[in-house]
Amino acid sequence: MSDLGSALEVEVGLERSLLDVGPTRSLLSDAWRRFRRNRLALFGLVLVIFLLLVAIFGPFLVSDPSELHTSFKEPPTNQFPFGTDELGRDVLARVVYGIRLSMFIGVTTTAIETIFGVMVGAVAGWFGKWTDTVLMRFVDIMLGIPYILFAFALIAVYGKGVSTVIFALAITAWLGTARVVRAGFLQARELEYVDAARVLGVSPLRIMWRHILPNVFQPLVIYIAVGVGAAVLGEAALSFLGVGVPPDKASLGGMIEQSSSLFSEAPHLLFFPAFSLVLTVLGFLLVGDGLRDALDVKDL
Amino acid sequence: MGIFVLRRLWQLVVVLLGGFTIMFVLFFALPDDPAVILAGGGTRVPPPQVIENTRVRFGLDKPLYEQYLTRLVDAVTLRGTSFKGEVPVRDTVKERLPASLRLAFWAVAIETVVGISGGVLSARRRNSFSDWLTTTAAVVLSAIPVFVLAYLLKQLTGVYAFEHDSWFQLPTSTIGPNEWYLGVIPSLDQLRYLVQPAFVLASVSTAVIARLTRTTMLEAAGSDHVRTARAKGLKEGQVVRRHTLRNALIPVVTYIGIDVGTLIGSAILTETVFSWPGLGSKIASAAGNRDLPVMLTLSMVVILIYGIMSLVVDLLYAWLDPRIRLEDAK
Repeated sequence: MSDLGSALEVEVGLERSLLDVGPTRSLLSDAWRRFRRNRLALFGLVLVIFLLLVAIFGPFLVSDPSELHTSFKEPPTNQFPFGTDELGRDVLARVVYGIRLSMFIGVTTTAIETIFGVMVGAVAGWFGKWTDTVLMRFVDIMLGIPYILFAFALIAVYGKGVSTVIFALAITAWLGTARVVRAGFLQARELEYVDAARVLGVSPLRIMWRHILPNVFQPLVIYIAVGVGAAVLGEAALSFLGVGVPPDKASLGGMIEQSSSLFSEAPHLLFFPAFSLVLTVLGFLLVGDGLRDALDVKDL
Repeated sequence: MGIFVLRRLWQLVVVLLGGFTIMFVLFFALPDDPAVILAGGGTRVPPPQVIENTRVRFGLDKPLYEQYLTRLVDAVTLRGTSFKGEVPVRDTVKERLPASLRLAFWAVAIETVVGISGGVLSARRRNSFSDWLTTTAAVVLSAIPVFVLAYLLKQLTGVYAFEHDSWFQLPTSTIGPNEWYLGVIPSLDQLRYLVQPAFVLASVSTAVIARLTRTTMLEAAGSDHVRTARAKGLKEGQVVRRHTLRNALIPVVTYIGIDVGTLIGSAILTETVFSWPGLGSKIASAAGNRDLPVMLTLSMVVILIYGIMSLVVDLLYAWLDPRIRLEDAK
């Protein structure tokens, strides 16, 4: 009996060490090699890194976005490379702060959404039975409600603001993550090495974290990349509809909305924020696409 | 099969009831008094008597469970009148639902034809210039926000065309004369109003379908039965149409089916930009106005359509791919 136990231990230990160094590293380096060969994906990665740098360091390089200058709706000049808006504000400064806000909202929303989605999906997939039924039915119900309704309701409670937007976006975004994680858990729960771990007395939390979660690593990474882009788009849409961040804060969606009526006299007011918004979303989409090919995930 | 459909319909009822409850709670969890806003408040506070009268008039003074039941019965039977303007909700549904259905119908037609052709073209000439062009166009298109695309279009057809007296002048808002043959075919005059919102609404899904078709086509093209078809000497056209495309289209059909449900109820941005009187934009404005009956009833309609469409997709899936057994599907 003890022989068998130690033999098992040796084997599991071996397996674990393989898991720790071997396959994990080769999966990632494999993926990176495939990713590098994909030119569009690399372009997306460069775009994302560049925009992240703009979001972090941009504010040190531009003037105050709410400072009012004496020239209005002026096309791009040396002093104002992106021109000025109808209130005499520097469009470049506002675009930089807009990108910063988009990035902040995109990353924060995705972080919240991922943590919550993984927790709910893991609980549903691990426990199964009625826990699963209740949680997944709740997910179905939430999927039916347009996210715009949450935005309206939350604004009434907390007022317009960045945290309201993040909350309104995250409240619907975690549903997809939860479904993917649950499916992965349902599958992995039945695998032999999970049974083995259970028999050895590994705690359920550790099994979930170390043995099952890595199985859903690939779809999760793609979800995160695409999710940031989707959150950026979502913030822009909410601000455009007038239920996003307050108009005095520089947001790409809000700038597009404010400039739309001035298009024929000052097209640069629409062009720069719209172009930055498209580039931001495009970057994350391309990275997500590249990851999908590199990690070889089919059904997503 | 019958049991599967019954079980799914039962689940749909649960989802509808759950959605209704969440939205009802959401509405009453708001700290600002709906009666104040309905009485015309917002920036200024109306006199207390007016607020009180409003509360009584809309039944907001009754206990919550009573209001819940009234609203539920009203939503199910399509009775009830809106708080704002006191229009019967039934009339709103009658006005909004067909407009949404027609717009979604044409958007889906566009995305199906353009998306699938683009994807097939891309997959058949893999790594060619046209493949590169289609793939890149599809990615860029899905990154452009709907409202930006809509504004650019409106500038082109509504402002630029009129200034330069060009031929592509198009009306840029409202539904127009609302003339349709056989329910969905627009009259020539109506077409001028339909074209832009339909294409804008279809844009993102067209890109998704093109990419999806390309992937599934390439996958199916590498499978054994396609090689067999080629080996036995079938013409290339036949191999593509009967053996590759047929298998490749199964996931695409699923996506389109779900998309029909989404486009009918959630075309908020397109409807807002083009002032198209559909369901989505009405739900959004009703939520802003605290118009509880309109918001709840229209949302129920949207959830119902979405639920029915996903049921249809599951049935279609089993029909297209006999390997799938519905009883196992969950």
